[in-house]
Amino acid sequence: MTAHAPLLEAAELRGLELAPSQVWGGIRIVPLLRREIREDLRLAKRSYDEDLMVVSLDGELIAPGVKYLSYVPHGLVVSWSADGTAAAAYGTQFESRDGKRFGKGPCTVRVAHRMARREDKNRLRFLPLHLAMEGFLALHFGGPEVAWSEYSRRATTTGLDPRTEQSVPGWWIHGLEDALRVFEIHERQVGVLLFVAEALASAFVVPHPDDYRALHRTLLEDFYGTLLFHYGLHATASRMEATIDERNVSSLADLRRELGKMRAEWGTFHAEMATGLFGKKLRSERIYRAGPFQLQRFATDLNPSEENHIGEAMVRETGELEYLKTFRLSAAQTRRAFLLSQLASQNWNLDATAVLLRQSKDELVRRLEKAGFGYLLKEHVLQAARRRH
Amino acid sequence: MVTADSSTTKRIEREDMVMFINACFACTGQKEFYSDAHGQGVSIDFLHEYILGNYRRLYARCLAAGINHFNKGHVITNLLATGQLTPKAQREEEGALIFAALRELPTQRAYRVLESLRDRKINNRRARAVARRFLSERNDLAFEALKYRNKLRAATTHAHLALPGELGKFLFRGWQRQRFETPLFEKFRQAHYAKEAIYELPYTIAEGFAAKHEIPRDEFLARIEARMTIEEKLRLQQTAKRETTTLDLDLGRVGLTRLAIYLLALPVSERAKSRAVIEAAFQQASLRALRRAPRRLGRVAAILDRSFSSSGSSEKRRRPLAVAWATSQLLRAASEEYRAFWTPRLDDELQVVAQGQSDLATPLLEALAWGADLILIVSDGYENDPPHGAAEVARVFKNRLDPDRKTSIVHLNPVFDAEHYAPRSIGSAIPTVGLRDAEDLLTMLGFARFADGSAPLSELEDYLAERVKRMLRPRSQGAPQRDPSEADEAVEAANR
Repeated sequence: MTAHAPLLEAAELRGLELAPSQVWGGIRIVPLLRREIREDLRLAKRSYDEDLMVVSLDGELIAPGVKYLSYVPHGLVVSWSADGTAAAAYGTQFESRDGKRFGKGPCTVRVAHRMARREDKNRLRFLPLHLAMEGFLALHFGGPEVAWSEYSRRATTTGLDPRTEQSVPGWWIHGLEDALRVFEIHERQVGVLLFVAEALASAFVVPHPDDYRALHRTLLEDFYGTLLFHYGLHATASRMEATIDERNVSSLADLRRELGKMRAEWGTFHAEMATGLFGKKLRSERIYRAGPFQLQRFATDLNPSEENHIGEAMVRETGELEYLKTFRLSAAQTRRAFLLSQLASQNWNLDATAVLLRQSKDELVRRLEKAGFGYLLKEHVLQAARRRH
Repeated sequence: MVTADSSTTKRIEREDMVMFINACFACTGQKEFYSDAHGQGVSIDFLHEYILGNYRRLYARCLAAGINHFNKGHVITNLLATGQLTPKAQREEEGALIFAALRELPTQRAYRVLESLRDRKINNRRARAVARRFLSERNDLAFEALKYRNKLRAATTHAHLALPGELGKFLFRGWQRQRFETPLFEKFRQAHYAKEAIYELPYTIAEGFAAKHEIPRDEFLARIEARMTIEEKLRLQQTAKRETTTLDLDLGRVGLTRLAIYLLALPVSERAKSRAVIEAAFQQASLRALRRAPRRLGRVAAILDRSFSSSGSSEKRRRPLAVAWATSQLLRAASEEYRAFWTPRLDDELQVVAQGQSDLATPLLEALAWGADLILIVSDGYENDPPHGAAEVARVFKNRLDPDRKTSIVHLNPVFDAEHYAPRSIGSAIPTVGLRDAEDLLTMLGFARFADGSAPLSELEDYLAERVKRMLRPRSQGAPQRDPSEADEAVEAANR
């Protein structure tokens, strides 16, 4: 029995190198190069053209149960081999078993089975980023576990249902389309760090350079935090230049060394720009075990005063990062998750949570209402809190 | 007396002129990889107006500087549009330059210039005289009347010209009315009714008739072959293959850059199959381009950018890459020792495709280590692995390792950057010159010393005056000739 890939405790770019970035307008794209290219894990795109996808998260395809609704332009199909031999990239093949398609005319819906679904012995289909987003939405989805008197009837019976979050598609982000078009893909490139107005928007890594080439344009179809849409509107091209100190150079060999140093400086600099994600502690959850690889989703610690990301990753048993895709949460999204986690940690007791957050109960109630969780509380509780304000 | 003021004016004038000529080497107003056609058009139009308004004499002299056809056409129309502003002393030279430049343009371009006079409503005595003289000196006006019917009609009506022989009847009286004495016109008339007659017409005209008579494409291509120009044959190679016929083409007769463009459109596997033919064709094309400039360059290294951005745009497919490849072939024939450094690295030049990042610094270091006298960088100037890498390497090398300037580095840029009104530069240590066709390489190298800002305005003026003199020199009949002294300039530039 081979050792299983570990759960991610911190996001690290193990097995990858950072190359100097390419800037176009307010968008900075940092190429990630793989040191050792293997063929035993491949990823490919499967396009969906329906207007809406309903993902059945539990039970049968068409049956009552928890559903995830979103526009899903494409899914990813991962194929692997357990013994290190080459795997084929399968995605574009027609797959009739991938859920059911409904609707005629202008509106179409696909109902799909689960976020990650095995399709063959060594093949798995999953919905990129939606997997991570679903994990984020499902945080404390059940609602109050103790029926404290402040909670509305709805909160105690159906929990947070329906829980929604907003995001924007890549083509809404100003300049992203052009930036991706003019981007020059490196030979060993398997991923990118995408910055909008110098803020990390997303990290994307795939196992193989050929897969990356095929999936490069999907960055435009992916969804991003609303924050980045606003950043994109106001972003301007930044000028950063590395230089060679000519006092250190007295021969061509020196010049070569200094150039190497300049290149390395760019890598370090980009790594520092992305500390909001990399090197931070993660909470991870295993989704699927694929031979020596493991698909997992994660979130950073959801501290509202810092930058937070959710994402999904595939890791090899040696800890090398094979697949990564992240989503930057906006401040409001982080706040909502933070409030829920604080409530849950105190068994949903408002008084105890207020003490924990060092504020009065009324303030906490108003805070919950502002965050969009007013529907969890009884109307008179909200009114009383508002009156005493 | 030279005051500070006048020296500043001179510096500005030199910078403006260098920028303009450089732009005119590269820009064609078409879409590029990094910018759209509209931006390019606005940018180059502004430059033309600015230079015309401020330095009229030098603007006219640019016609002799080796600028590309698109910009020559622009300069001619702009000069003709504003004739009344020409000082009396310059009139004669300007008129002679306009006419010489118009005559040197490829036929279709020259007719387009004449047609654009009508579109822009330019109608003055000089414009009419230019059109009249141009038409009176054509060798085969009947052929051109057939091939450029609308343009010729536009030019004659606009300039109120009387045409000799049956031309008037053919263009204006309607071809159905009568039989023609001129065989070509008669065939044209017959081609409306008889299938056989169309094979006597030029290809572009016959193509319309083939559609009218519903002649199968393969049959048409096979029979019209004799009437096709080389360019047409080149363009239709793939069509012919699709139609399972062949168009005989001697690749050796195709121009250098054209040949590279054609080969780049072929899949790599197909290129490998006809390796010997391709190499021979390149050899012939390079020698033809160098025919009148046999003097050789010394130890030359070329850094050739084949990054993804060299794939050009939908309007200029793979042009930057083709220019790089053609330059490489030309240099191989023109230098005593030559080495090509492709980036990203490439072992077999025949397999070149536009892919990957732009790392100019590494090959520049390799070229310096090889000990080249002249290093040419053919790139669109966008450097990203690392940004400013080559700029820094060149700067430090010049300052620290080569204070005597034994090695010269020149950047040739096939792409015009609309935002900066110039081909994009790699860094201040490397002079940048625009380049549209690899065949013009030696002219561009001669110009490179002005691009790095070391030569004063007077030298630039002398340079232009010399080229004007050469252009207006009475010549024997036949094609314009490339001058041997261009090679001297290039060698001189290499030694600078």
